[in-house]
Amino acid sequence: MSNTLEIKNLNVSIGDKQILKDFSLTVPKGEVHAIMGPNGTGKSTLAKAMAGHPDYEVTSGEVIIDGENIMELEADERSREGLFLAFQYPMEIPGVTIANFIRAALNARLPDDEELNAPDYYKALYAKMDMLKIDRKFTSRSVNDGFSGGEKKRCEILQMAMLEPKYAVLDETDSGLDIDALKIVAEGVNSMRGENLGALVITHYQRLLDYIVPDVVHVMYDGRIVKSGPKELALELESKGYEWVKELAGEVAAS
Amino acid sequence: MVTPNEEIEVDREKGNFRFQEEHKYDAGVGLTEKTIDYICDVKGEPDWIRDFRKRALKVFESKPMPTNWATKDLDNIDFDVIRYYLAGDNRAKKSWDDVPDDVKETFERLGIPENERKFLAGVEAQFDSEAAYSNIKESVGKQGVIFMGSTEGLMKHPELFKKWFGKVIPTGDNKFSALNSACFSGGSFIYVPPGVKVSHPLQAYFRINAENFGQFERTLIIADEGSEVTYMEGCTAPKFDTATLHSAVVELVAMPGAKIEYVTVQNWASNVYNLVTKRAIAHEGATVKWIDCNIGSRLTMKYPGVVLKGKEARGEVLSIALANDGQHQDTGAKMIHAADNTTSNIISKSISVGEGRSTYRGQVHMPKNLKGCKNNTECDALLINENSRTDTYPAITVRGNKNAVQHEASVSKVSAEQIFYMQQRGLSEGEAMSLSVNGFVNDLTRQFPMEYSVELKRLIELEMEGSVG
Repeated sequence: MSNTLEIKNLNVSIGDKQILKDFSLTVPKGEVHAIMGPNGTGKSTLAKAMAGHPDYEVTSGEVIIDGENIMELEADERSREGLFLAFQYPMEIPGVTIANFIRAALNARLPDDEELNAPDYYKALYAKMDMLKIDRKFTSRSVNDGFSGGEKKRCEILQMAMLEPKYAVLDETDSGLDIDALKIVAEGVNSMRGENLGALVITHYQRLLDYIVPDVVHVMYDGRIVKSGPKELALELESKGYEWVKELAGEVAAS
Repeated sequence: MVTPNEEIEVDREKGNFRFQEEHKYDAGVGLTEKTIDYICDVKGEPDWIRDFRKRALKVFESKPMPTNWATKDLDNIDFDVIRYYLAGDNRAKKSWDDVPDDVKETFERLGIPENERKFLAGVEAQFDSEAAYSNIKESVGKQGVIFMGSTEGLMKHPELFKKWFGKVIPTGDNKFSALNSACFSGGSFIYVPPGVKVSHPLQAYFRINAENFGQFERTLIIADEGSEVTYMEGCTAPKFDTATLHSAVVELVAMPGAKIEYVTVQNWASNVYNLVTKRAIAHEGATVKWIDCNIGSRLTMKYPGVVLKGKEARGEVLSIALANDGQHQDTGAKMIHAADNTTSNIISKSISVGEGRSTYRGQVHMPKNLKGCKNNTECDALLINENSRTDTYPAITVRGNKNAVQHEASVSKVSAEQIFYMQQRGLSEGEAMSLSVNGFVNDLTRQFPMEYSVELKRLIELEMEGSVG
C-alpha cells in the first residue's frame, strides 16, 4: 500500500531484552496519529528503531514508507527516504551553526554534482523561521549548544520544516517545555499538517494533544498497541489513568 | 572558482600520484662527509657553509634520539637507507614554461600555478631537494622584498643571511635541527625591508616525489622594522611502501614592530616522518603568529616557538592536528618570554580518529625578573571513537608574581549519539564526522586566511570520509 507509513510486526530488542513485540501500526499520509503510554513501554524504542539507531536490534518486521521497506537502509538513507525523527533529547553539535547544519542536511539530498543555492536557501530558512516565530539570530548559534529545552524543540521543528519529510515521528516533543513553548512548537507542527505529511506523535501526557489534535490515538503498553481510537481516547486515558491500560493489555494478551 | 564537488574529485587522490623519477643529481643513500661534499659541490656553496654542514653532521651523530621523552617510533627511522639529496636541476626556474613537464604537471595538479595567479605575491615550488620554480610578482620585488631559495639567498645576500642563519635555531638545538643543518637544501629565504607591507601572501610548496628520500628544507624569514609579511606553506607526498623523512628548520626574525604570519597546511602521506623545528625571535613590539595545521604523516613532531625578546612583543601559535589511524601527531608550542610586557597566546586543537594519537606539548617560560607578561594557553582535544588517544604535557614555568598565565584544557568526544543525530538528518557517517570535526575547529579556522580555511575544511572532509569503514 502506498502513501502510508506502515509498521508491520516489528520486534526490537536491546541486548537480551525484547522491547517491541510484533508492533504494528499504519499512519496514512495526511493524518496525525498519537501514541500514548506509560514510561518504559517502548515508545522511544519504536522511534529510534524506525530511524535506524545502531543500538536497537530489529529481530523481525518491516517499516514501509510509501510501499518501500526501509529496514535494510542506514539511518541517513532512511532520512533521505523521507523519515524524520524529532528527538526527545536533541544532541548538541558544538561549532556547527544551525544554518550550516540544515544546509548540509539539504545538500545531502541533492545529487553529488549539485549544490544548494545559498540565497534561495536563506530565503527559505528565514521564511520557515518567521513561521515558527524563531529569531533570525538563532541560525548563527551552534546546534542545540546551550539551548533551553524550548529552544531545542523549536530547533527540531525548524529542521523538520526545512527537510519536509514524508513522515515525522515526534518523540516526547512536549517534555521539558513550559506551556508557552509547547504552544509555539504545536503551532509549528500544525502549520505543516496537510496531505504531504504523516505524523506520529509520541507522548506521555495528554496535554500536548490539546494543541496537536490527533486524528487517531493509539495506546501502547509493553511493546504493543493495546487500544486505538479517536482523539477522545486520549481524554479517556487521562481520566482513567495508566492502570486502565494494564487491564487493556491483559485483555489483548488474553484474546 | 570551480565548484566544490569538482575540487573534491581532484583532491580525492590529491598528493597520491607520482611520476617516474629522473634525477640529474643523486647523493646516494646514507649520510657521510662525502654526501655533504656532494651537496656542496652541486650547489657550488662557499666554504663556510661546507664547514657549517660538517660540524652539524658531527652534532647529529653525537646526539641520541630523543626517545627518553618522545615516541620510540623514532628508532624505526633507518638513516642509512635514506637518500639525502635528489634534484632534477640545481637552479629554480622563473617561469612555469621552463619547468620540466612532469614537475610542472605535478604542481598543476596540486593547484599551485592557479593559486599563484589568484592570490599570491610569490611562489616557490620545491620538488624533492630543490625548488623547480621560484618567482615573485614584479610589484613586490620592486619594493625590495627578497624571496628566493636558501642556497640562492646565502650566495646572493651573504651579509643578511649569515647574520641570522642558525641564530634562532642553533645546530645543536635538537638531533633533527642538526640533521637539517648538515644536509639542508631548498626552503625559502625572505627579506622584507623596513616599513614594507607585503599585501599578498608568499607561498612555498614542498613536494616529495621520491621514495626512501629525506627532504630537508631550510627557511629563513627576516621582516625588518615595521614590515609585514604572510608566508604560507603546503606539503604533500605520494604514498610509498617505505617511510620518507621530512625534517625542516624554519627560522623567523621579526625586527621591532614587524609582523610575520606563518601558515602551514601539511597533508603528508601516512608514511612520512615529519620532524620539524620552527622558531621565531620577536623584537620590541613585533608580532609573530604561527598557524599550523597538521594532517597526515606517520609521526609529526613540531612545536613552533617564539622567543619574545623585545618589550611588548607578541607571539601566537594556533594549531590544529588531526591524527587518523596509525598516525601520531606530537605537536605543541613554545613561548619563551624574555622581556617585560610580552604576551603569548597558544590555542591548540587536536582530533584523534580511530587508532590515531595526538599529543600536545607546550612550554611557556617566564623568568622571575620580568613583569607584565601574559600567556593564555588553550588545549582542546576531540576523540572520535574509543581507541583513539590524546595526551597533554603542558610545561609552564612562571617565576615571580608580576606575570599572568592562564591555562585551559578540555577533552571532548564525538559520541555515537551525535553521529546518529546527524545521520537522522540525512548526513552519511563520514559527513557527520567531518561536520563535527569542522565544528570543533571552527572558531580557530575563522582566524585563518580564507583560502587556507577552505583548503583545511576540504582536507578534513577527505580525511574523515576515508576513516569510515
